[in-house]
Amino acid sequence: MPPAVRSPAAMRNIHAWLLLLPAMAFIAAFTHYPAVNTFIHSFFLDGRGGAPAQFVGLEHYQYLLEDEVFHKALVNNLLFACGTIPLSISLAMTMAFLVNAGLAGQSALRLCYFVPTVLPMIAVANIWLFFYTPEYGLLEQIRGALGLTGVNWLGSEATALPCVIAVAVWKDAGFFMIFYLAALQQIPPSLGEAAMLEGASRFYYYRKVVIPLLMPTTLFVLVNATINAFRMVDHLFVLTQGGPNNASSLLLYYIYEVSFKYWDTGYGAALTMVLLGFLALASIGQFGFLERKVHYR
Amino acid sequence: MTGFRKACTVMAAALLSLTLLAGSALAEKVNLTFYFPVSVGGPITKIVEGMTEQFMKEHPDIQVTPVYAGIYRETLTKALTALRGGEPPHVAVLLSTDMYTLIDEDAVVAYDDILKPEEMGFTKAFFPGFMRNSQTGGKTWGIPFQRSTIVMYWNKEAFKAAGLDPEKGPANWNELVEMGKKLTVRDASGKVTQWGVAIPSTGYAYWMFQALAIQNGVELMNAEGTKTFFDAPKAVEALQFLVDLAHKHEVSPKGTIDWATTPRDFFERKTAIMWTTTGNLTNVRNNAQFPFGVGMLPASARPGSPTGGGNFYIFKKASPAERKAAVAFVQWMTSADRAAQWGIDTGYVAVRPDAWETPAMKDYVAKFPVAAVARDQLAHAVPELSTHDNQRVTKALDDAIQAALTGSKKPAEALKDAQKEAERILRRYGK
Repeated sequence: MPPAVRSPAAMRNIHAWLLLLPAMAFIAAFTHYPAVNTFIHSFFLDGRGGAPAQFVGLEHYQYLLEDEVFHKALVNNLLFACGTIPLSISLAMTMAFLVNAGLAGQSALRLCYFVPTVLPMIAVANIWLFFYTPEYGLLEQIRGALGLTGVNWLGSEATALPCVIAVAVWKDAGFFMIFYLAALQQIPPSLGEAAMLEGASRFYYYRKVVIPLLMPTTLFVLVNATINAFRMVDHLFVLTQGGPNNASSLLLYYIYEVSFKYWDTGYGAALTMVLLGFLALASIGQFGFLERKVHYR
Repeated sequence: MTGFRKACTVMAAALLSLTLLAGSALAEKVNLTFYFPVSVGGPITKIVEGMTEQFMKEHPDIQVTPVYAGIYRETLTKALTALRGGEPPHVAVLLSTDMYTLIDEDAVVAYDDILKPEEMGFTKAFFPGFMRNSQTGGKTWGIPFQRSTIVMYWNKEAFKAAGLDPEKGPANWNELVEMGKKLTVRDASGKVTQWGVAIPSTGYAYWMFQALAIQNGVELMNAEGTKTFFDAPKAVEALQFLVDLAHKHEVSPKGTIDWATTPRDFFERKTAIMWTTTGNLTNVRNNAQFPFGVGMLPASARPGSPTGGGNFYIFKKASPAERKAAVAFVQWMTSADRAAQWGIDTGYVAVRPDAWETPAMKDYVAKFPVAAVARDQLAHAVPELSTHDNQRVTKALDDAIQAALTGSKKPAEALKDAQKEAERILRRYGK
């Protein structure tokens, strides 16, 4: 090969693209192609029993505006996100501080915090189903011992959503704790010693030194928590099936119902586009805006 | 080297003939995949698997693989998803009410299209009440298998403690309220320790509500499954009664009552009366630590219950040989002896009159007379709510019932919304 034909810089570019090619092929096949296909499909009404789909234009999107179940699922999902994200992150951080503090029995504690993460969500939901059972569930037994009257946790519209939020936080926090724990152990002990010498309080040290150093981890965890808030619906199947009267229905669960229970895949595709839109907005916000505030070493 | 080559040739030939042998053996044996749901307590999976094994012993040329697929709704979802994936089951037990949905999806084949007209006589052996949900347009699409009606179970000890006759359940709505008040027990602090009555409102809320509507003298849909009458005044009254049980009369827990845990509540003496499917009878018999009564549902304008439960459907994708084998399987599973045994094992209503004449069933009913309650209630039974796009229409009704029970909507308003939604869903079928 005559060496003069290609400059080293061009060769490097070609190499880079070749190395990226396998990953790009997978992303295109499993992410971009389905997304585009879903978008196209959202303009069609399925034919029943193998009849060809019929083009209906924006009808599905118009129906989004009047579909009360969709509105409810959307509001629920925002509440679910507002509940699970800050709670699970702050809980994870606190737990990480605790198990990193060198207390006695800390491996046992770490294990306890991490167990919810390794259990399958369906199994976890079945355990929580027992906690929430009216009359003789764990929660009611405790409340009964305190002389309080019965609450139908999963059977009332006011409590069903907070109940599923609690399960999600419990499940997620241990997982996020692992990342914080790893990050905490990367922080050189000399920083703490220096702060101590300068007479900084423990609280001041955490607020001004540790938490800023944890910011890259927090960003990563935040992205994951946001995705989870829109993705995690397994427990709904066991706990509430979205009920009562859709009080605990989330967007993805509603998409499942519309697409696979009612086989209205066209409308399901329109709903999926809404979900995609939300996730795109969230990631633009996080990577475009927040990342600038993150301090990387 | 030549020796080695020779050995290779021999090996290859042996392998080839083995494959051919295996191939021909497979061609003779028909493989059937069979999806079934479980919606009641007890070791149902084991019973079904035992039955299919027995069938295979008697029919060595047919291989049946039973697949437990969740509750009814999940089984339907799984079957339809598999259908879209190109590999539906050959035969499945699905709700009798999903008939229109399955026909609309072009998923199932009518028995009339598999068998000759003179072979269709076997459908006459079943209770006509069960066939009403199984036939449409002059064809038979489903064969009754695990069929049921709703019955009322009561705790006789609780009745005695409340000063009521333990042998007599409430015969009408007023008695249900009156007895319910006596059966609701509160401790010193006013906390309820035992509720009078539990009518579940998750899972199959529409089914329970339909029972109340029938008793109040109204049907919720037309026979073609293209129209619903959810907001009829009598239906609103029925929903109001269900809401009143919890909110006005305070004989039932507030909020929704879970379908799956209702039998448990009954065993734990948290409720003195429960409504649930007769399919739970054997479960109750095995698990209730107290004598219990079983009766028909109380009447308002009339007594009544919807029928319920699952039929055998055969999927269109099956080849002619597979279809024949599937029919043989279905006929075997629903024969008089099997239907009787299935009824005894579970509590489901044995689906044909001659099953009740078998010695095993006669013996069973003599020892356990309440087993016949659901059968006798068939005289007052009405087909279960069944429309095109059934899952979606029942979901609209379920939501309305739950909205009324949790107090977020008034019954009239909730049912009006459900009716509006049902009309929108059914717009493409109504002509």
